[in-house]
Amino acid sequence: MAGKTLYDKLWDDHLVRQNEDGSALIYIDRQILHEVTSPQAFEGLRLAGRKPWRIDANLATPDHNVPTTERSAGVDKIEDPVSRIQVKTLDSNCDEFGITEFKMNDQRQGIVHVVGPEQGMTLPGTTVVCGDSHTSTHGAFGALAHGIGTSEVEHVLATQCLIAKKMKNMLVRVDGELGKGVTAKDVVLHIIGVIGTAGGTGYAIEFGGSAIRSISMEGRMTICNMAIEAGARVGLVAVDDTTIEYFRGRPYSPTGAQWDAAVEAWKELVSDEDARFDTLVEIKAEDIQPQVTWGTSPEMVAPVNALVPNPDAETDAVKADGIRRALQYMGLKADQKITDIQLDRVFIGSCTNSRIEDLRAAAEVVKGRKVAPTIKQALVVPGSGLVKAQAEAEGLDKVFVEAGLEWREPGCSMCLAMNPDKLGQGEHCASTSNRNFEGRQGFGGRTHLVSPAMAAAAAVTGHFVDVRELMQ
Amino acid sequence: MRKFTQHIGIAAPLDRANVDTDMIIPKQFLKSIKRAGFGPNLFDELRYLDEGQPDQDCAGRPLNKDFVLNKPRYLGTSVLLARENFGCGSSREHAPWALDDFGIRAIIAPSFADIFYNNCFKNGLLPIVLPEAQVDQLFKEVEATEGYQLTVDLERQVVVTPSGEEFAFEVDNFRKHCLLNGLDDIGLTLQHADEIKAYEARRRESAPWLFDAIK
Repeated sequence: MAGKTLYDKLWDDHLVRQNEDGSALIYIDRQILHEVTSPQAFEGLRLAGRKPWRIDANLATPDHNVPTTERSAGVDKIEDPVSRIQVKTLDSNCDEFGITEFKMNDQRQGIVHVVGPEQGMTLPGTTVVCGDSHTSTHGAFGALAHGIGTSEVEHVLATQCLIAKKMKNMLVRVDGELGKGVTAKDVVLHIIGVIGTAGGTGYAIEFGGSAIRSISMEGRMTICNMAIEAGARVGLVAVDDTTIEYFRGRPYSPTGAQWDAAVEAWKELVSDEDARFDTLVEIKAEDIQPQVTWGTSPEMVAPVNALVPNPDAETDAVKADGIRRALQYMGLKADQKITDIQLDRVFIGSCTNSRIEDLRAAAEVVKGRKVAPTIKQALVVPGSGLVKAQAEAEGLDKVFVEAGLEWREPGCSMCLAMNPDKLGQGEHCASTSNRNFEGRQGFGGRTHLVSPAMAAAAAVTGHFVDVRELMQ
Repeated sequence: MRKFTQHIGIAAPLDRANVDTDMIIPKQFLKSIKRAGFGPNLFDELRYLDEGQPDQDCAGRPLNKDFVLNKPRYLGTSVLLARENFGCGSSREHAPWALDDFGIRAIIAPSFADIFYNNCFKNGLLPIVLPEAQVDQLFKEVEATEGYQLTVDLERQVVVTPSGEEFAFEVDNFRKHCLLNGLDDIGLTLQHADEIKAYEARRRESAPWLFDAIK
């Protein structure tokens, strides 16, 4: 019998019941809640007279709507009345049901996918869900984690289980050594460019190979975060020493004898040598260059020194039409140089790239330089209050401010523009976020996805530039 | 949940691939704490020429006359024809809520994004996967014939064209059963409460560090 993949092991470990029709009940160890996708779930519980199955499996924090400017005046002073109601609704729901919440001005508040691992709420071998598609992030720790809809948020609150069907297994192996200036973000954008935005649909993708092993936990989170942009709800990286060391001393990590027992259990969280994957994708690390998206889907991506593609060269009619539509929306010409794209704004943040390592990488590039005069705004939004404090302890905030970038309070911010941080119509943004969909960062806004170092390089030059040229 | 057994309705062709959930319902409308009322903002950025705001009366907004659902011949559409990877992007259930509120009952495409596909079934909407060639044929027929209606029969798992041609589709038995009977997932799962408790007791033994840590 063939061995098991990491996904197979996690699935088997959480199986409560397998039904004859192929559906199954799987147990959920952890649910993270935020203000946008939870109000209707709590309302559903109330209407049915139900209580949460297990309070201590849940953690909540507001992130999507919160302002990132000075906000010590509290939730009552959130300017947008609809946002204010949503944040207050999360607060009152958590109070009513007794769920632990890091409220807006708690230092532990932040983006759900930054906060969960940071607190040790996410742990190897757990199942983690959240009403947010980027929950795939937590798979970086060998956890089975994926986004769910609001009906499922309610279902997990009420039953501690999900009705699920087993996915297929895909292994994306990246072997070799990443070049200087090439980061985890470039790796995952390159992968999406190779397999396409629907390439992972129906799969749990495990990222493996020597290049992945050499990447830090922050970088692995960036990669798993964007598994969903390749269509896969689940991204995974096997547990190794890097994973285990990350959790030492986290607030919700086990301690003492339980830590030792946990570490023993976590070491099993790797795919067996003879595990069988339904699909294998092999990528050479040396082939990966700093990436920039030029279109309106994350698969519309190219190396920074490439040209914007020409739809006339595309043989598939639906794809050619997609390229034409994207170029028109983005205000770009076929065959123009990506380095000629002029930018209006820069956004460094989001659940993809707002951790300490991301901020360090961006600071290193802008240090001693100034934001280009043509850039209207360059934002740096840390992923949590604790990331912010760490960055300030390292003096990164001063580096950013001296270079002319704005240093903000934690939240999702301009990644999806539910708070006041947004693009104006027609504006181009170098963004470290995860989606370049039409209107995502603001009505008519034009998003280019890049790594933190590439965003920083764009901020100081006013257009895209190969960050390696600034690193010499 | 509303039952879905058989549905007959006007079909409209939304001819673009990778329609994402930001396109289906833009982020500013996700600030609502309700489940209903998203219909007027379905495909907001494609449907209107201005930027929509939450709680705004959409009646007086300038319409994009070129957008398929604004064309008089597609008034009252309840079956949406779409291209590959429909519903990609975020997990927002507001997307199926908006489609449902607008009056869409079934969506036919060559492929759907996983989370969106799953969310549809929780709301009495039926996403149907048909081979690309069949979807192509339906696009051609609907564009050629005004008032083109499709019949979607979940019991028999077929889409029937006006000429009587039938296209069979697959659907999970469990999801089919829930849709046909309008069953509430939570109620069904709670029938297995003893099994959940037994699992939980085993889990507490094998991984005690996952209990009572968050408080």
